[in-house]
Amino acid sequence: MSPDVSAQLTVVAPGPDMAVSELRCCGVWSMHTIADLEQRLADVDWPQSGAITLDGSGITALDTSGAWLLHRTVRQRAARGCVVRIQGLRKEFATLLQLLAAREIPLEAPVVHPSPWLALVGRRAWLAIADTQGYLAFVGESALALLGALRHPRRLRWRPILHNVQTAGVEALSITGLLSFLMGLVIAYQGADQLQRFGANIFVVDLVALAMLRELSPLLTAIIIAGRSGSAYAAQIGTMKVTEEIDALRTIGVGAHELLVLPKIIALVLVMPLLTVYTDVTGVLGGMVMANLKLDVGFDVFIDRLDEAVQPSSYWTGLVKAPVFAMIIALVGCYRGFQVGGSAESVGAQTTLSVVQSIFLVILADALFSIVFLWLDL
Amino acid sequence: MQTATGSTCADVVIDVRGVCTRFGEAVVHRNVDLSVKAGEVFALVGGSGSGKSTLLREIILLQQPVSGSIRVFGHEVVGMSDEEALPLRRRWGVMFERGALFSGLTVAENVGMVLSEHTDLPGHLIRELAAVKIALTGLPADAGNKYPSELSGGMRKRASLARALALDPELLFLDEPTAGLDPLSAGGIDELVRGLRVGLGLTIMMVTHDLDLMWRVADRVAVLGNGRIVGVGTMDELSHSDDPLVRQYFHGPRGRSALEQAWNRK
Repeated sequence: MSPDVSAQLTVVAPGPDMAVSELRCCGVWSMHTIADLEQRLADVDWPQSGAITLDGSGITALDTSGAWLLHRTVRQRAARGCVVRIQGLRKEFATLLQLLAAREIPLEAPVVHPSPWLALVGRRAWLAIADTQGYLAFVGESALALLGALRHPRRLRWRPILHNVQTAGVEALSITGLLSFLMGLVIAYQGADQLQRFGANIFVVDLVALAMLRELSPLLTAIIIAGRSGSAYAAQIGTMKVTEEIDALRTIGVGAHELLVLPKIIALVLVMPLLTVYTDVTGVLGGMVMANLKLDVGFDVFIDRLDEAVQPSSYWTGLVKAPVFAMIIALVGCYRGFQVGGSAESVGAQTTLSVVQSIFLVILADALFSIVFLWLDL
Repeated sequence: MQTATGSTCADVVIDVRGVCTRFGEAVVHRNVDLSVKAGEVFALVGGSGSGKSTLLREIILLQQPVSGSIRVFGHEVVGMSDEEALPLRRRWGVMFERGALFSGLTVAENVGMVLSEHTDLPGHLIRELAAVKIALTGLPADAGNKYPSELSGGMRKRASLARALALDPELLFLDEPTAGLDPLSAGGIDELVRGLRVGLGLTIMMVTHDLDLMWRVADRVAVLGNGRIVGVGTMDELSHSDDPLVRQYFHGPRGRSALEQAWNRK
């Protein structure tokens, strides 16, 4: 690159009142000078018609940007009925200019106009509808695949199922256990003040046990698993789609549903209730520790009271939610993965969507469960 | 950029001396020497796994050799920091084998991004110049607004070439420019490389398997085998070489048919 980045444009007119007849170009015409040169070319008092000579013999360096500027000037003037001739260019520069002239290059760079807002609203609404339809179709497809697998249990892929049990279940034990222990601790702590005021210290057992078993432990587990495994499902399937592995599976004659979706659903439906029972235990343990520290409720007293406070129905109402949440998380994660387009960006977008939508749907389902349990008086 | 001196003819642009590369136990290069002169089209060939692409990656600073020296434009690049490398990187363009276009950007944005990173040009000029580079590589004008996933393999290669040309490099690296293309598109790439070299005064170094491409555009060819350069020269010279590896490469069934075609053209 030349350190001398000066370019000149000299306007030559035959007389003071006469139109421009010649332009002399000198110096370096490169991407470092064309912004300035473009301005100076625009300022030239171009004649309405006739011929103008562009003398390029002084140009010492020319790159495609400079050549484009010259080429564009000629074409713009030609469009207004004025002939510009370029003279005196060095041979290699003339070749470059010919290379540009040989191509069809639009004068104005194509600008994409943004659609009007009404069209945007319409498109978004339509996309939302199409997305919901797509999701329902996906749920249906998965159900059919599951039925098929149940009819021929031999065709079920046990290896991926066990692998998913390992990654989504066993490897999640530490994080779910720790978080639900802390949750139990916090609930007991928040309740302690109120209970102490009424001298009802022992009811901390009811508070912790019912809150954890009925509501918090299934919900907490579902949220952690949605963030941990749901996102992984979306990213895995999405990346496989970008690298055409899904298409490869189809051509080999292996259903993508059978290999990628079913094992995840089955594994998660198996694992989530187990995880929920486990977080029930750790959550109550957390409450027990706090009750001992803050309310002087000993472990033996706590466990005695637990028997009276918790009905089997409280345990089951919490546990029955787990497989439903598992279905939601696995289906949303896998569906989002299949929605990935061709780009790395869309893998990211769909993974984010998978977490947001599965948590949203899990909480929605939880609310529906509460309504149903209210009717059933559980 | 073309300068008054025509970038000083017969200068050595790339000079590789005694490069050794190892991946764990596997030795890829032992004492590789080669030099690329300004203005020539240089092809690096060799069987799969012979370390052609590794050598290319070492020259463009994506990988470091175990020992040896690589000089590009007279600067030693082995052990160079990213900061020192920046001015050098602006002087070369790289077209990757599978395009490596940014999938979240349109083709025009892919090209324009390089320009807006390295120059202060106003937006409309950047858009125009992006359109110029896209047209130079023979893509239709409407390809600029498409995303890489909407393009065919051949178009993606051309778009990648447009991005490599964004800053008007003096040196262009092409990794397998015709791999995976149909003969017609591959022929188009031949023409393109020749046209760009004449029009833009480029030095081109390419890694390729395509014997036709070599016959048509390469000034000199180097053959990598067994970790070293087993032959360097024009295609004519190499086709008369006695080295068994070179003979194997150029006198296989495909090599012979490319040779015959080259003779028929003359």
